[in-house]
Amino acid sequence: MDSLLNSNRPPVFCPGCSHDRVLHALDQALIEMGFAGKDVAIVTDIGCSGLLDTFFNTHALHGLHGRALTYATGIKMARPELKVIVTMGDGGLGIGGAHVLSTCRRNIDLTLLVLNNFNYGMTGGQCSSTTPHDAVVASGFLNKLEKPVDICQVAGAAGAPMVSRVSTYQKDFVAKLKEAITYDGFSLLDIWGICPGRYTRRNKLTPKNIKANLAQLPELTDFTSKNARMEYGKAYRREAARQKVPSDPVPIAVTCAAPQSGRREVIILGGAGQRIITAGELVCLAGASAGCHATQKNDYPITVMRGHSVSEIILSDEEIEYTGIENPAVVIALAPEGVKRRMKMLEHLSPEALVIKAAGIELSPCQAAVTEIDFRARKIKSPDWALAALAVLAQQKKILTMDMLKAALNLRFKKAIYETALAVIEKVFV
Amino acid sequence: MGISLMEGNEAIGRGAAAAGCNFFAGYPITPATTIYNTMLKLLPPKGGICMQGEDEIASIGFCLGAAMAGMKCMTATSGPGISLYSEQISFAIGSEIPIVIIDVQRLGPSTGSATRGADGDIQFLRWGNSGGLPVIVLAPVNVKDCYVLTVQAFNLAEKYRCPVFVAANKEISMTRETVDLEALDLPPVAERKVADADASFLPFAVKEGQLVPDFLAIGTTILVRQTSSTHGPDGYITTDPEQIEKVQERLDAKIKTNISKFTFHDEYVVPGADTLVIAYGVTARAAKVAVKKLHQSDQSASLLVLKTLWPVPEALIREKAAPYKRVVIAEMNLGQYVRELQQVLTGKEIVFLGQMNGEMIKPGQIMEVIQNG
Repeated sequence: MDSLLNSNRPPVFCPGCSHDRVLHALDQALIEMGFAGKDVAIVTDIGCSGLLDTFFNTHALHGLHGRALTYATGIKMARPELKVIVTMGDGGLGIGGAHVLSTCRRNIDLTLLVLNNFNYGMTGGQCSSTTPHDAVVASGFLNKLEKPVDICQVAGAAGAPMVSRVSTYQKDFVAKLKEAITYDGFSLLDIWGICPGRYTRRNKLTPKNIKANLAQLPELTDFTSKNARMEYGKAYRREAARQKVPSDPVPIAVTCAAPQSGRREVIILGGAGQRIITAGELVCLAGASAGCHATQKNDYPITVMRGHSVSEIILSDEEIEYTGIENPAVVIALAPEGVKRRMKMLEHLSPEALVIKAAGIELSPCQAAVTEIDFRARKIKSPDWALAALAVLAQQKKILTMDMLKAALNLRFKKAIYETALAVIEKVFV
Repeated sequence: MGISLMEGNEAIGRGAAAAGCNFFAGYPITPATTIYNTMLKLLPPKGGICMQGEDEIASIGFCLGAAMAGMKCMTATSGPGISLYSEQISFAIGSEIPIVIIDVQRLGPSTGSATRGADGDIQFLRWGNSGGLPVIVLAPVNVKDCYVLTVQAFNLAEKYRCPVFVAANKEISMTRETVDLEALDLPPVAERKVADADASFLPFAVKEGQLVPDFLAIGTTILVRQTSSTHGPDGYITTDPEQIEKVQERLDAKIKTNISKFTFHDEYVVPGADTLVIAYGVTARAAKVAVKKLHQSDQSASLLVLKTLWPVPEALIREKAAPYKRVVIAEMNLGQYVRELQQVLTGKEIVFLGQMNGEMIKPGQIMEVIQNG
């Protein structure tokens, strides 16, 4: 097999830079594995390690600092057959830390080569996430204050199934690369090397030191047996194939006639758990089944099962432009939390407006007609009050008719729930 | 008739699917989350990919990688997420990566109000990238637009190889509305122009007069290079000022010179009116009510609804505003698009109505400005 290196662009690393050794070892590994340029994508980010892709004749994507894994993930999901190799320095490792952790957890079939030379070479030798605290770097005293990260331990803890460290001077470097590239899942190789341009000007680091330092580190757990599982892309495709194709939206047939015309505004003021939003949807569906245009705007807090729940509905014969409620024809007041949200509006109701309120709800005096319903006395539970209030409207042929309400329930619910809803409505008519 | 009840976000998702979107990645954020929910339902069963990134930067990064591998990609977020997208948006602009970005705007600044609407990102979408090159921003008015403009956004992204934003608003995206899906006027689906797969392929080469390079996907038989660095036709970093200038000017021209092909707008013309109201997004709906109510009065006004906000459709704005003495612009911020109108309509009286309190501008407020200036 031929070299995958780009003969038109000879490598231009500083003399003695370890990245040059990585370049040739990677080329050797790819040759030995029988890959052609078209089989491989090299994804890099910025910094000296980010020069690597330009020296290869493969597919290549060079992007923003620390984000190489994000592009590589997209490429691999789109092209599972492609061998995707990511390089980053100890700089990219730090800035893209969240992506490293998540890629470990995901176990997508990428090979991450961390070209670890213990400092930011390109920007002048500042400290990185792997700089020893006793090193002299361009960050003054700051690196003394931080503990360097052992990315292998972190990656293993985060779920990476293939984690290894290696010196660029090690005899089995190419073999280590091949092992990482071959692995079907996420593999991370922490590659220790020398930055003669910056780091070793003020710090002693030789191939021998690197070997000794690596030997001093606690041995890595067998993360492969601990973390091995189905590769993310394969698992994704397996799960995706099991998903049901969703049905298209069901068209709403016009089967009823609306009792009023013009713009009709309804507001339902309730609390969480009272199925206020569902009731609002039912009004819209009821309106649509009578050929009306409908809009529904909801207001609720981030808490679930606590706080207010407000639904604003408009029905109209014409296309609805402004979706805000200005002059409601009907107010349904079911909980103080909701009522509190619209105090001002309630004070200015028109005399034609109808308020349906649950017994016990306090309202300030207003000009509207008020109907009070004691839902509890009718043995209707709080989550059904909104539906029951719609039945009251239907009974009075205000906004809705019973046909419209039934049509809405039919559109919204399957048979069992539809029957339960009808039973609630019956209780209103008793 | 095929009437459905649907919120804007679902319409965006369905529009994306109709446009051939087969890759979505996003990070949940109110009020954009239901787009992600929709894509999660629509894409996987049909062989598409839907992913949740560890953050917004990852989500859009997945999209950029997948787009370069040939997929049609979309992501969706709100203001705080657009902030995080910024560096990746610059990448997509400079390196000509097609992507549709939905911004369901919520009240800012910063985390602001998750459940309150606004149009506060209008200048941010235009200028929130390093380099300042132009982008396309479309603004839906209603649920129908959410569907149709998302299809248009995909077509433009493919055609011009660029990010295209849909500037939605919580007030449209999370409001349900009846919409006739069968009556939608959809454009034919456009695909990016594929280059000849021969060994002489250069990823950013254009022929004389061509503004958008032909595309080959990473992972096919011809080698493809992509880079966020300043590059020439071959996709390698360059410092040659001539080569750089050529690319930058092409990136600028491919968007700006084609604006007449995607100047989406609507109008409501009242003969004899001396005021033109200009609005976009959900505010255009209140404006429509206002001009309709004043139609028969002696202080009537016409309405121009802009659905393409960037690049600024200058020719359209000049032409439509020419017959009027005065222009009123209403927007849900404290003065963003009005700046563009002031530049385009020099010398014309422009009255600004802005509001940034989490509520929609009411028709009455716009009527008052039309009547009393």
